[in-house]
Amino acid sequence: MSRRRLKSLLLPLLFPLLLLATSAQASDLKLAELMGLLAQTRSARATFVEQKFIAVLDKPVESSGELAFTAPDVLEKRTLQPKQEAITLRGNEITLERGKRSMIVSLQDYPDAAVFVESIRATLAGDQKALESVWRVEADGTLARWTLRLTPINANAYVSRIRMQGTRNDVKQIEIEQKDGDRSVMTITRLPQP
Amino acid sequence: MSSLRRRAPLLVWLAVLIGSLIVIARTSFVADMSAFLPAAPDAGQRMLIEQLRDGTLARLMIVGIEGGTPEARHTASKKLAAALRKEEEFLTVQNGEAETLRRDQEFWFNNRYLLSATVSPERFSTEGLRAAIDETLLNLSGSAGLMLKGLLTRDPTGEALTLVDDLQQQGGPRQAGGVWVSRDGQRALLLLQTRAAGSDTDALAHAISTIEQHFASVKQADQRVVMSGAGVFSVQSRDRIKQETSQLASLSTLFIVVLLLSIYRSPRLLALGMLPVVTGALIGVAAVSLGFGHVHGLTLGFGTTLIGEAVDYGIYFFVQTGSNDARGAWQQRFWRTVTLGVLTSICGFGALLVSGFPGLAQLGLYSIAGLIAAALTARFVMPQLMPARLNMRKVEPLGARLQRFVDWLVRMRPVLLILIAACAVLLIVRHDRIWNHSISALNPVPEEAQQLDGELRRELGAPDTRYLLVRNVPDAQTALQAAEAITPALQALTDRKALGGFDSPARLLPSDVTQQQRQAALPTPDVLKQRLAAALKGAPLNADKLEAFIDDVAAARTRPLLTRADLNGTASALALDAMLVRRSEGYSLLIPLRASVGRDIDAKAVREALDKAGQPELLLVDLRGQAESLYGTYLDEAIKLSAWGFAGILLLFVISLRSIKRVLQLMLPLAGTVVLVMAGMILLGQALSILHLIGLLLSVAIGSNYALFFHQGNDAGQDTVAERQRTLVSLAMANIATVVGFGLLATSSVSVLQALGGTVGPGALLSLLLAAAFATHHNSQSTQESA
Repeated sequence: MSRRRLKSLLLPLLFPLLLLATSAQASDLKLAELMGLLAQTRSARATFVEQKFIAVLDKPVESSGELAFTAPDVLEKRTLQPKQEAITLRGNEITLERGKRSMIVSLQDYPDAAVFVESIRATLAGDQKALESVWRVEADGTLARWTLRLTPINANAYVSRIRMQGTRNDVKQIEIEQKDGDRSVMTITRLPQP
Repeated sequence: MSSLRRRAPLLVWLAVLIGSLIVIARTSFVADMSAFLPAAPDAGQRMLIEQLRDGTLARLMIVGIEGGTPEARHTASKKLAAALRKEEEFLTVQNGEAETLRRDQEFWFNNRYLLSATVSPERFSTEGLRAAIDETLLNLSGSAGLMLKGLLTRDPTGEALTLVDDLQQQGGPRQAGGVWVSRDGQRALLLLQTRAAGSDTDALAHAISTIEQHFASVKQADQRVVMSGAGVFSVQSRDRIKQETSQLASLSTLFIVVLLLSIYRSPRLLALGMLPVVTGALIGVAAVSLGFGHVHGLTLGFGTTLIGEAVDYGIYFFVQTGSNDARGAWQQRFWRTVTLGVLTSICGFGALLVSGFPGLAQLGLYSIAGLIAAALTARFVMPQLMPARLNMRKVEPLGARLQRFVDWLVRMRPVLLILIAACAVLLIVRHDRIWNHSISALNPVPEEAQQLDGELRRELGAPDTRYLLVRNVPDAQTALQAAEAITPALQALTDRKALGGFDSPARLLPSDVTQQQRQAALPTPDVLKQRLAAALKGAPLNADKLEAFIDDVAAARTRPLLTRADLNGTASALALDAMLVRRSEGYSLLIPLRASVGRDIDAKAVREALDKAGQPELLLVDLRGQAESLYGTYLDEAIKLSAWGFAGILLLFVISLRSIKRVLQLMLPLAGTVVLVMAGMILLGQALSILHLIGLLLSVAIGSNYALFFHQGNDAGQDTVAERQRTLVSLAMANIATVVGFGLLATSSVSVLQALGGTVGPGALLSLLLAAAFATHHNSQSTQESA
């Protein structure tokens, strides 16, 4: 992997998309087993509700919309409320659509974010080695109710902690905490395959 | 005494030649487009020329790096940009590196309260603040929310975001690896602006070699560089034209030298034959310089082509002299014929003199002065310097064979007449499709280079500046105010899709008046605090947390106004200088307009909007349209004047020959040549440009000499058979030289050379054949047959 530079901001948001691809059937949570299963999902759709807890604001900022994943590398997050917006990760390219404007940026130009995405890719690909080169990974619980905790090995990373919770083949919640203490919590409801 | 009389012409010739050289040494040669500009251009036409010569567009170079891996390309782009940024030759070097972008964003953020069009008293009222902050909070809900939250306490009204939205309307090129790349990622792209103006081809050539040198030192083995832009085109065209002309010219010179030497058997004669041409060219340039004060490069090129007719004088004279004494009795008739030929050419080119375009008028003067000088040199200098005895090959046997061919041609008259008539009918039927009035006919840039340019331009989102609003103003502030005054009208046109968009210098640097208005719109810290407290009632944001915002606004109220110097180092500086151009007196304001996708600009709607906005001084210029119509007018005038020239030739023949029949014998070959060549071009699917017209003029000038020499032999008993045979050989030799010289040009890959060669080559050959067929008197045929 030659993409070593990272930036952060768009990626906390993409992260849940990648997790959406997970569909684990774990009874006894062995990381390797979970990863192998995660890599198998071909496509998935879900709705989400996201809350951003920002220190300067007295109450969280809430948004909701749809998520979609198509293997191998297309992820889409479409925010419907309170303001429409779409962000799509396709290969290394991120497309952001807001109102009439659309912006295409490359992952390589957002180095913080790139590590993020690469790590998650590694997760999806079941590449535990690559994942563990950037994150300390802890798995907890059972297949029926599992928790995955990621902590960056690099102390300067923009994100200080990621916590995912799932039930069987559903990722239910993704919580991303930033270094400054602000965090976002995304609650995901899987939609049936069409 | 007699030797003095004999030497007098030589002395006069030398004196005039030296005089010409002195004049030429002090002549300024210009290579810009002003040759195509009417003597009294309108504002739009002037604008076109200025843009072509000095405009930003003419200074832009797009560089693409291809081949190798993407990562290696990105690295090469960064290294190349870093190296070029150190070169004085380039005003700006952009490759999309974050550093530049960061500097721009910092500039926008730090100066947001002076730059943002949304700053107004209403926006900073309690209601305005509430609405703006609500909107900002709403934006936090999006995917970029956590990124934007950093701005919240300093910029809760979201001025910076509005600015970025406003300034980055086009989206810009794609980014990868920290640099600009093409849409498919296969090219890394750089955008350079040269210090040298678009008309300074030498400096541009140097800039290109600087780019190539630096690229060579940063590149990896499998990488290539491509370049495009108006400046690159002019350098490439010049190089190609230079290279091809010199190659083809050496080839044809070699051929002609061998041909002439085989007949003359004397290098001295060969050199003497060039005297009239060289003299003509020098005196022609000197005459134009004296008459116009300067000489266009165009005149030099085309004019020298036209007096190329003078090469033939030497051939005619030496070959027809044969092994005789050069001062034989035939001489008088010979010079009478040459004189009539020169007069014919003067009639043909003379019409150009009255042209309203300096380029055409110069061409006329150059040809006339040059031809007269060449003819006088041939008449009075060349014979003085030739050896008393010539040792030429006997050409009479060849002449006899040529005579039989001429006789055959004479018998073919009916066939030729039918052919000419058929072609004339074709021309009449297709009369509206003969000429190509599009300026692209003159474009020496090959198709694939034009395609590459279009590709690179689209990928960079570089402006294809076709439509401009233009106004010349005394100072920068007036320009910025005018730009601000027209902005609402243009925005309205953009909103209803009459326009695709527009750029404005006032977005990058608002006028002082506007900046002061914005400062005045900002409340004092105490007032702002009160209003914020009221505005934020019930909002999740507390006014205490907005200290940084209050400080920023307070600083913005009293800070010095932004000037052009504050933009230094940002991409805005380049953009601003392109729209606010400093001139010798005052400034030019340029507002580029973009057409909506798939639509043309509604010029009428734009003009109405200008009038309504009280900005009638702003002129809407369609650069491509201007160029097209200008060239169209130029071509039309050249055609019209050439027709007058043809009428002049007719009149000359009527006066000097006083016989309808003889006039017809002379005019038919000339008119027939023009008709056949034009029809041939049409049948080949080629529309004619100004270069074809120049080619036709030259064909007529050369052809008139052929016709006159054939005709000279008509007065039975004056020419001996041997003289007539030598005349024939001399005509054939001159013709071969012309046909080879121009025929080779026709093989050129440069369209302008090809057009010229493709006309003159066939034109010269046809005019000889037709002259042989029609200008020869029946008498000569019978004489020959009985001989």
